[in-house]
Amino acid sequence: MTDFIRLTDVCKSYTRGKESISIFDRLNLVIPKGDFVAIMGPSGSGKTTLLNLLGGTDRCDSGQISFDGERIEGYSEGQLTAWRARNVGFIFQFYNLMPILTAAQNVELPLLLTSLSAQRRKENVLTALKIVELADRARHKPKELSGGQQQRVAIARAIVSDPKLLLCDEPTGDLDRSTANDILSTLQLLNRELGKTIIMVTHDPEAARFATRTLHLDKGQFVEVTT
Amino acid sequence: MNDLYLIWKNLFRKPLRTVLLIVSIFIAFLIFGLLVGVNVALNRATETGSASNRMVVANKINFTEPLPIAYLNRVSAIPGVIGTTHQSWFGAFFRDSAQSRFVGFAVEPESYTAIFADQIKLGPGEREAFIRERTGVIVGRSLANQYGWQVGQTLPISSDIYFRPDGSRSWDMKVVGIFDGAKPTDPTNALYFNYDYLNETRPFGRDTVGTITVLTASPDINDQVAKAIDATFANSPFETSTVDEKTFSRAFLKQAGDLNFIITMVVAAAFAAILMIVGTTLVSAVRERTKEIGVMKTLGFPGHRVLRMVLGESLLLSGLGGLLGLGVAAVALNGLSRSPIGETFGALSMTAPVAAAGMGLALLLGLVTGLAPALSALRMNIIDALGRR
Repeated sequence: MTDFIRLTDVCKSYTRGKESISIFDRLNLVIPKGDFVAIMGPSGSGKTTLLNLLGGTDRCDSGQISFDGERIEGYSEGQLTAWRARNVGFIFQFYNLMPILTAAQNVELPLLLTSLSAQRRKENVLTALKIVELADRARHKPKELSGGQQQRVAIARAIVSDPKLLLCDEPTGDLDRSTANDILSTLQLLNRELGKTIIMVTHDPEAARFATRTLHLDKGQFVEVTT
Repeated sequence: MNDLYLIWKNLFRKPLRTVLLIVSIFIAFLIFGLLVGVNVALNRATETGSASNRMVVANKINFTEPLPIAYLNRVSAIPGVIGTTHQSWFGAFFRDSAQSRFVGFAVEPESYTAIFADQIKLGPGEREAFIRERTGVIVGRSLANQYGWQVGQTLPISSDIYFRPDGSRSWDMKVVGIFDGAKPTDPTNALYFNYDYLNETRPFGRDTVGTITVLTASPDINDQVAKAIDATFANSPFETSTVDEKTFSRAFLKQAGDLNFIITMVVAAAFAAILMIVGTTLVSAVRERTKEIGVMKTLGFPGHRVLRMVLGESLLLSGLGGLLGLGVAAVALNGLSRSPIGETFGALSMTAPVAAAGMGLALLLGLVTGLAPALSALRMNIIDALGRR
């Protein structure tokens, strides 16, 4: 597998009042293409901040972040937004679907940023919903779906524009075990069958087992790798 | 699905709130449409009913004070004056004074119908009958239609100013003609009868008139003639004030107060209230959607597109309210124009400039109320919006 994501000497700190809190001090990380990585660690270890940096929703103070050979740490806000739309799919713990839209419309949302025709968008939405086995719920609003189904819609939304990277922040944190396993199996399928690189933050060791390897983060540094 | 669909769905996510906002905007634009529509009609009425070489001589104290009829000959003798006539307000009503007041003037039939020939169109023989018949009256078409009066009918027309020697307030008048306006905008809600009939039978105010109308040889000499007339009667018991007809009409309207100022204040108050209500509601509506806006930005929606959507909502909201308000105002003005009240103003309607100004105002309202929430959506940081720290 070739290097897909590379973090080199990344530093990140936050200012809270007059206090500066260091999250990462020269963090290094390499994730090959097609990897399925689980990131675990205690609260405050920097898991979510790492996901934010990888997804281009936050900026590092120094260091380099390269994605498929493309350096993104110096991108402007507009460039980062466009880069995110092209390359990254996001799956959140609480699904974050638009309550006013149907499942299909929620999935279609990222496609509004493309130049695809309405017909083509419709086809892609249907394909994504079929992958997550929710084609029959296309016209349902989020409140008419179970938690697991909503997360599947969120997954369909994340993959509909065919991004190379999926970032999952506690994707099963709000689901029961059985439903969580279904969701994780779907992610596994996306990784194995469609070659998506997946980075998943989780507190759940059971969920982490679905990944090909697990990185343990503590106080801003990787302390252990399990496969 | 497109951005407009998203704007629409977001706007109506809480239908009751949106409908109430639209109703409040609707009311503001209804007030705007009605008041400005009436004001425009009033101003237009003063313009259209005026001839550029017609002037009005009134008592300097106030136009409600009388002038001696003897002034007519002296005014006629002033160089530049090519015609004179006079009119006296009668305070006319029919049957019940509270319900049926209308415009009624005692005039000198021959000179009056000649000088106002551009506004009073009579049928063949009607002018002659009016000049001939001492108790004759000519009635405007809309007034005649309102009461179903016809030529040949004798009407008991009463006055709330004058009474007869026997104490009666009623004068029997025979309809000798029904006149139309020369233009559709000319009011036809008035009646005119013979001054001599009134003058001979009233116990007070004899040989006085309300105002004198003067026709000059050219509008260019209006000022000169006005000065000459007023100079003639200076230091007399009945000093005069002579102005062109347009100025007189405007001054007449101002008796009711500065309508432009009153209308501007009422409309401004309505819009200020709406601005506050809609502005604060939109700010809180966007705040409720902080997470959703964060998600949209995470998915790759650029800030300017999010700004455009929020502004789109406020524009759509004020556009809908404005369109409804102006639409209903247009219908109401149209209905009013057919009523006796409307006849007083001439042609009441929603003119294109008023409609355009209203829609411009709606656009401005949308921009102003949407600006703060749109800017807050533009500046919204993804990390803060999603609480991902």
